[in-house]
Amino acid sequence: MTALLETSDLTIRFGGLTAVDTFNLSIQEGELFGLIGPNGAGKTTVFNMLTGVYLPSEGTVHFREKLINGRNPVQVARMGISRTFQNIRLFDELSVLENAMTGAHQHSKLTIFDSLFRTPRHFREEQRQRDRAYELLEFMGLEDRAGLPAKQLPYGHRRKLEIARALATEPKLICLDEPAAGMNTGEKAELSALIRKIRDELNVTVLVIEHDMKLVMGICEKIQVLDYGKTIALGTPGEIQNDPKVIEAYLGGD
Amino acid sequence: MARLLGILVAAIAVTFGANWLLDSFVDEYVVRIINLCGISIILAVSLNVINGLCGQFSLGHAGFMAIGAYVSAYFTTTLRYFDEAATKYVAIEPMFASEWGFVPALLAGGLVAAAAGAVVGIPTLRLKGDYLAIATLGFGEIVTIMITNFEKVGGANGLPGLPPYSNTFWIFSFVVLVIMLSWTLQRSTFGRALIAIRENELAAEVMGIPASRLKVMAFIYGAFFAGVAGGLLGHLLQTISPATFNFMKSIEVVVMLVLGGLGSMTGAVVGAIVLTALPEALRDVESGLGLPGIRMVVYSLVLILLMIFRPQGIFGQKELSLKLLARLLPGKKGDK
Repeated sequence: MTALLETSDLTIRFGGLTAVDTFNLSIQEGELFGLIGPNGAGKTTVFNMLTGVYLPSEGTVHFREKLINGRNPVQVARMGISRTFQNIRLFDELSVLENAMTGAHQHSKLTIFDSLFRTPRHFREEQRQRDRAYELLEFMGLEDRAGLPAKQLPYGHRRKLEIARALATEPKLICLDEPAAGMNTGEKAELSALIRKIRDELNVTVLVIEHDMKLVMGICEKIQVLDYGKTIALGTPGEIQNDPKVIEAYLGGD
Repeated sequence: MARLLGILVAAIAVTFGANWLLDSFVDEYVVRIINLCGISIILAVSLNVINGLCGQFSLGHAGFMAIGAYVSAYFTTTLRYFDEAATKYVAIEPMFASEWGFVPALLAGGLVAAAAGAVVGIPTLRLKGDYLAIATLGFGEIVTIMITNFEKVGGANGLPGLPPYSNTFWIFSFVVLVIMLSWTLQRSTFGRALIAIRENELAAEVMGIPASRLKVMAFIYGAFFAGVAGGLLGHLLQTISPATFNFMKSIEVVVMLVLGGLGSMTGAVVGAIVLTALPEALRDVESGLGLPGIRMVVYSLVLILLMIFRPQGIFGQKELSLKLLARLLPGKKGDK
């Protein structure tokens, strides 16, 4: 079986700094995959290469056996990879519902004239987007806030709304960049359950970057550890926890 | 769609009636100001789609106006120029010699301006913020300089003799059209996508929203109506020259938007009316005080005070709606 997402010797350099060095990643369809590592290990840089934001210096990324390198973020999004951001990037002036609806925009087949002149297709599309967005808000537990401007949402809800918006693009793979950052223990537990539900109920493969060990160990079936742009370990949570290299990277060695 | 058509027909009927009433009972000078207000509304509302909704700071609106004005004049006006080779004056008769040709001429002006919008937009919309502003400013200057050096349309002296086809009816028919279309655009998946691009372009692209294409689309849309407004202005003033469309005109439209509230269509309309009518209204103050020139001082002062006390503009990003009115009315609280 070929992997859903596969990278081969992915490398990126910024000037003299090699941020990610010969990185290999293989994610099967339906997996809940964790990518962890200390600060500055290159995790977000990997995400940026997977989603077309950065062009890798070397190596390839294949998604569903198609090459991703050289495609821009819009094309990658339309191939079925969606993501959230470590520093939340919501559309603040739009309402919560409208934020989620923007995720569904890419599947609209409307022309600008349908909307300008309000053809029946326009109304059908609005209804489709609204229904889908509302479903996902319900899924994330945000349906009570649908009408609120996004900028008025509390922090934890902002993170959830970003996930709802990413899910509205109907992705095959969703990349979550530190979804639990800044959340308290209760919120983290709730989020863990939600992430599992995304995989189980929506059948979306999940790749998650996270600092919180407990969360990653609790939900991920497979974990890869990155340090200084290099992979230092790959395995199940049990294997990772006992890997001496991982312990050294996290706790520091001599 | 049927409802939209109904509103459009009703609104145009109203402008037709208003045109007749104004022509019969109201002072010509006042009608002139009302017409200029209408043209300003078309300019401000169309620029609002580019600058306000999509967040792309363009200073090229006067350039598109100039293109629209000259192209529409080409179809309606007799061009007289000195032919160097034949050493005599030559006249080119207009293609559309009757008033029936006015709307096709306006649309032609709008379409050429829109095409120019595409040509300018595709390369420059990769730029952001100040860089885009400078590039579009440059475009506007290129247009006026080209016209200045184009003797067939009068060069720097301008082109006289445009037929006086613009009236309240035509101007406000286009006002109704631009407001209606901008409203339907704003409240659609495309409007949300444009706002998403303004709020966070990277996030919009990662959601699969084709930011570059939509930015160019917004630019073309704005350029089309700027072109139409240019044509309407030309046939109102009856003489056009490159100086009519210099960069001060672009800045004037941007000021209208900022004053009304960037991103609010209602704000654009109010800003356009205030900035067009205020200098005229202040003429009375000037003659009353016996201080010539004080008019522009007061005008500037109004702008400065407004920016100090309400930097987000009169409307901010809000639209005038029945709900907002209900909340503002005393004694009647909104739903909370």
